[in-house]
Amino acid sequence: MSTRPQPLVVGAGPAGIRAAEALVAGGLRPLVVDEAPACGGQIYRQRLVPDGRSTRDLYGSEVGKADRLHAAFAAFEGKIDYWPQALLWNLRDGVADIVVAGATRRVSYDGLVLATGATDRVLPVPGWTLPGVFTLGGSQVALKAQGCAIGSRVVFAGSGPLLYLVAWQYMKAGVEVAAVLDAAPASAKLHLIKALPLDPGIVLRGTRFVAELRLRGVAIRTGIEGLRFEGEGRVSGVAWREGGRERRLACDGVGYGLALRSETQLADLAGCAFRFDERDRAWLPLRDAAGRSSVAGVYLAGDGAGIAGADAAERAGERVALALLEDRGLAFDKARAAGLEAELARIARLRDALEAAFPFPAHWAAAIDDATTLCRCEEVTAGTVREAASRFDIGEINRLKAVSRVGMGRCQGRMCAAASAEVLAAATGKPIEAAGRLRAQAPVKPIPLALQLAAEPAKLPEAAE
Amino acid sequence: MSRHLDVDVAVVGGGLVGSSAALALRNMGFGVALLDKGFCGAQASGVNYGGVRRQGRPLEQLPLSQRAHAIWPRLKGLIGIDGEFLRSGHLKLARSEDDMVSLEAYAATVADQGLDLELIGHNGLRERFPWVDGSILGASLCAGDGHANPRLVSAAFASAARRAGAHVLENTAVTGIARNGESFALEAGEGVSLKARFIINSAGAWADRFAADFGEPVPLTRIYPSMIVTEPVAPVMTVNIGMEGGGIYARQVERGNCVVGGERALPLDDPDFSRPRGDGVLAIMNRTAEVFPALRHAQAIRFWSGTEAAMPDRNPVIGFSDTTPGLIHAFGFTGAGFQIAPGVGEVLAELVRDGRTSTPIEAFSISRFSRPTSPADLDRTRYGSGAGPHPEPQPRGAST
Repeated sequence: MSTRPQPLVVGAGPAGIRAAEALVAGGLRPLVVDEAPACGGQIYRQRLVPDGRSTRDLYGSEVGKADRLHAAFAAFEGKIDYWPQALLWNLRDGVADIVVAGATRRVSYDGLVLATGATDRVLPVPGWTLPGVFTLGGSQVALKAQGCAIGSRVVFAGSGPLLYLVAWQYMKAGVEVAAVLDAAPASAKLHLIKALPLDPGIVLRGTRFVAELRLRGVAIRTGIEGLRFEGEGRVSGVAWREGGRERRLACDGVGYGLALRSETQLADLAGCAFRFDERDRAWLPLRDAAGRSSVAGVYLAGDGAGIAGADAAERAGERVALALLEDRGLAFDKARAAGLEAELARIARLRDALEAAFPFPAHWAAAIDDATTLCRCEEVTAGTVREAASRFDIGEINRLKAVSRVGMGRCQGRMCAAASAEVLAAATGKPIEAAGRLRAQAPVKPIPLALQLAAEPAKLPEAAE
Repeated sequence: MSRHLDVDVAVVGGGLVGSSAALALRNMGFGVALLDKGFCGAQASGVNYGGVRRQGRPLEQLPLSQRAHAIWPRLKGLIGIDGEFLRSGHLKLARSEDDMVSLEAYAATVADQGLDLELIGHNGLRERFPWVDGSILGASLCAGDGHANPRLVSAAFASAARRAGAHVLENTAVTGIARNGESFALEAGEGVSLKARFIINSAGAWADRFAADFGEPVPLTRIYPSMIVTEPVAPVMTVNIGMEGGGIYARQVERGNCVVGGERALPLDDPDFSRPRGDGVLAIMNRTAEVFPALRHAQAIRFWSGTEAAMPDRNPVIGFSDTTPGLIHAFGFTGAGFQIAPGVGEVLAELVRDGRTSTPIEAFSISRFSRPTSPADLDRTRYGSGAGPHPEPQPRGAST
């Protein structure tokens, strides 16, 4: 056994699990920390309590992948250290500060795999902060983990592959889906033809979701504009424009999102260099084909390093673990590494086609009403941001934050930074990459003032079932 | 892009000192260029704690501090915003009998300076400030002090200077300055050249390079004060809080967030930038929960730090160069520059206009560092760098 500190894997989703698996196979004993009570990440998130639903009920066509991942993780018993419900809030110079079991611990690591995942990307529209309006991902978590629906008559709106998947999942769960409102014109879906040879399964599955939704009478509208959510105190309807005509529909729940955004704060705190990614319209940590970041010993895998989906995340997780083994002078399967890279390259081409089929409606940013809240935590409106940008001649988002408070609150811009960059770019007429990215500051998420450094030995939580 | 400017004064460094000097000079009718290598007010002036405090300053700083004191309530008229300035009062706490003795001694020393300090015993503290933990023995209140928002104030001084007609050149680093006959020639940014009769060196943590260029090396070190801010909570703190002997300073803004400092951060690989240490912020957080029990369950949402210049005797350098006519220094505020900066701006403008100022600044002359340095001074310099593994104990005056 090596006397070097153990590698640290952050995140127990598809990327984190496959990374840990390959590290164990290579003879290491990683520490896996994860915010959730059980492994699986967002996509293969497990229900909180047994509620009679089978894993097929939960994961549908992806049940095989979910079961295999959960089983792989269960097989780590005794071979890894695993801290669920743990928040890594600060990183520096090979030491991580992690809150777990009510206290904070300082952990030295040698090799860091960041598999931090993604959250929903949103652009504010009028009424987006009304109770009853959820993100698409949030809607899915409610259903998957808690067996709850976000309403009894629900509208799903936005863009991205998740839009139709979540609508279909709600329909299958017996919830009335009033409509699916797709920001992209119907013609955008022609790009799926390019995706067909790369992954026929995913295209056919999507086509089936749409067909089954239509069969059940769910209205599917495309190329919508002027989206807004209405209601007094909570959402009671949604309105939009379509072909120049105003439309309106009553509902008591809305799932809204425009695909996903990567969670990159830990990569930033780790000192990784960033580059602008045209497809994700975001600054992402730089990485090579194997997933090595610009910082020695820091590896990036899964949606946290760039949106590519769960299948890519599994492969990227395994690939970075092989890179870590190689960099540590341990044996690894070179042919396997090359095969994984080839598959990742194929999935990247698939993502290009999917992005074209579910494009981000960047032109919405300029149309956001001045009175609409952009930053929920600090209650900063789009108008305030535009005014600050013009008064101080600001084109960059950190400067914008300093004078307008945008992104300064509890979520530290995780919800609003992408939208703020879009609004800023639209206001200044400059390309989105010129807006830059919010510099990450610890803590990655809020932590209590009375938080104590853990006494040794600490009693750590047991993994949830 | 090539550009030439011919001005009376080139101000190097767009922090609060440089920006307020630029504004005061414009108001006197001088032609001014204000240069910053980044954005004006983006360094220590914009990210400091935000204390607007006279209490605790050494005697020699008080005339300057009083001058600035008169400016703060006039910000709205001067720069267009009030900068969230609140004349809340500044309460300096005593944890021990020794601390209380020290507060009493300070009050006696500055008795004729117009600070109107009020010493408060344990019972008085319990009655008037019940949200301060009962373990605190007493305090000294300076009712006229307060706090403000550095992010807004510093940027607004630079904006006001621009509106008043100053050439504000951001992202324009000065790459060369030379004395050229009766004036100075500056090269800056990409293709900017300036001719100026006066130079104000207000470059903060970067000022020592310019001083050294003119044969005036100074024992400037960098410190990285480390801050935390909580989520908005119900009103708790009615005054700006300091602690005798250092360790914590805290204020609550109108929105409800509490800003707390008291530790030092560490520089990153690029020493122009720094980041709080995990153990340092934890210490501040725990101290906050102890001194203000009502905040025990509050959450910290963000940490930050900034790069600040410190001098070994904790006093700034303000005044004419010893070697070069037309060169004026103003830097090294050692974590206590925010309150006095607007006063310093006025003083610098007077120095340009009159060659002298009505406010005593002799104690801040750069010539004090041309004397031979004793080994004891060197020790203090190293200890004060903030770069060591131990948090620096903060003598009075350390927190802004």
